[in-house]
Amino acid sequence: MSDAILTLDNVTKVFGRADKPVYAARAVSFALHPGRTLALVGESGSGKTTAARLIMREYTPDEGQLLFRGVPLGKGDARALRNYRSSVQMVFQDPFASLNPTHTIRYHLERPLKLHQKGLTSAQRQAAIVELLERVKLDPKLIMPKFPHELSGGQRQRISIARALAVNPQVIVADEPTSMLDVSVRQGILNLLNDMKAELKLALLYITHDIATARYVADDIMVMYAGQIVEWGAVNKVLDDPQHPYTRLLLSAVPDPDRRFDDVRFADELGRVEEIRTLSARPQPETAQAGENHFYRPFPAV
Amino acid sequence: MSDPVLSVRNLNIDYIGAETNFHAVKNVSFDIAPGEFFGLAGESGCGKSTIAFAVSRLHRPPALIRTGSEILVSGRDVLGLNDADLRKFRWREVAMVFQSAMNSLNPVLTIEAQFYDVLRAHGPISRAEARARATELLKLVDIAPERLDNYPHQCSGGMRQRIVIAICLALNPKLLIMDEPTTALDVVVQREILQRIDVLRKRLGFSVLFITHDLGLMVQVSDRIGIMLEGELVEVNDAQTIYRHPQHPYTQRLWASMPKLHGEQTRREPVL
Repeated sequence: MSDAILTLDNVTKVFGRADKPVYAARAVSFALHPGRTLALVGESGSGKTTAARLIMREYTPDEGQLLFRGVPLGKGDARALRNYRSSVQMVFQDPFASLNPTHTIRYHLERPLKLHQKGLTSAQRQAAIVELLERVKLDPKLIMPKFPHELSGGQRQRISIARALAVNPQVIVADEPTSMLDVSVRQGILNLLNDMKAELKLALLYITHDIATARYVADDIMVMYAGQIVEWGAVNKVLDDPQHPYTRLLLSAVPDPDRRFDDVRFADELGRVEEIRTLSARPQPETAQAGENHFYRPFPAV
Repeated sequence: MSDPVLSVRNLNIDYIGAETNFHAVKNVSFDIAPGEFFGLAGESGCGKSTIAFAVSRLHRPPALIRTGSEILVSGRDVLGLNDADLRKFRWREVAMVFQSAMNSLNPVLTIEAQFYDVLRAHGPISRAEARARATELLKLVDIAPERLDNYPHQCSGGMRQRIVIAICLALNPKLLIMDEPTTALDVVVQREILQRIDVLRKRLGFSVLFITHDLGLMVQVSDRIGIMLEGELVEVNDAQTIYRHPQHPYTQRLWASMPKLHGEQTRREPVL
């Protein structure tokens, strides 16, 4: 595997009072590699978005550190932060809220270019906007003068991706980028992310609760619960041979047309929901290996 | 087959605009049998929620049902009900769980008070009787009776959603309409709630009209499924046939666009 571009090394983030801490991230470690997609799956409140915010440096870790190209990230001044953000970009969940309704699409794409590529002339910026829109398969002439409300959800999400690509990033963090879109347009966005990753050698962190789409776009996968990564590895290995009870619970709950509800196999797992949740929420510091590129945290003893 | 609980015939609904009208539901007809779990699938804007609202007479202007449309619940003409009859009809005949139902509880009332509210509106009942009935209903959805004294904010989203379902079942409705009831919840909670509904409808015998855009989920729980496209019901069949042998090209494309959890992974193209 190629060298990691971004690494989280034992990162912990705690919220709440000292006597009643809430671990949003507990000793989280993972690495993003150019040209690879890592999926982060888990239920709401499991700490997925906290991981994204740590990467975007909206949160500072309480313990552990982030490394960019092997160099630990310190506090840094505004300029260092801006440089970092031109390498690490984010695509948000809600394409209706993440674009400014009072500005045209041209403005949305021109701003990051002005901020991060100061040398460009107006004509060069114009050419760059056209290229970006073509890259996300939108008609530049048609789209540039429009306002966000004139576009569909799928088109808006393409704009969000184009905006992220405007600064030539090396890492893209996509937090539930398709969960608010219809199935029919969802696929287009996933294919676009896949193509971008391959063509531009991007390192992609794909955050989702939809495991089927994670399998579709990702090379590797991590399952998160209560701030801990409980299982991780190659996507097919983890999904075909899940080791951690929480991974199995999550998989048994995923809607699957091949399995009717009356099937007893998952009723077993689902009957233990509370038990699995309680046990999974405890600290699980041990690591076990299930196979090549497949790891999990052995369940804590009762 | 016994007489249907719900019978929709030639339903046409327009949204009246200043210049043009939008024909949102086009000549839709379908039946739901007693105890049947019927799924209505389609993408945003296809008219599925408009149908759900019309069935419980909750549609408001600018939505307008065209004359010639017919909605029968247990043989009664829903579109002809007057206000007094309509009040009795809702909850007792048809109850509806909305998409963000967990936010439809009153934040300043205890759970117990919200049960009392519904029960009292539909017949004389003492506070103690209402509490006993509420305890019974909460048991159905696997919630401890101590929760009756809680306020909504003290319960999790999944719990609130189950409480709303329990309130919906308070008057033994014949038909439960669920419009994207679990979209805001994570998959494990979603699975728990739907599994619970499935058990309850088999035990209590009510029918379900289930609306979602999640086709995989729909095949798992439904007996029969209707697929909607731009206001038209393009295909109705039993769930397994819709999944394994879809007839309409749109249904086929919907399946082709869905990533799978197992088996071979191929590049899939969007539907439209």
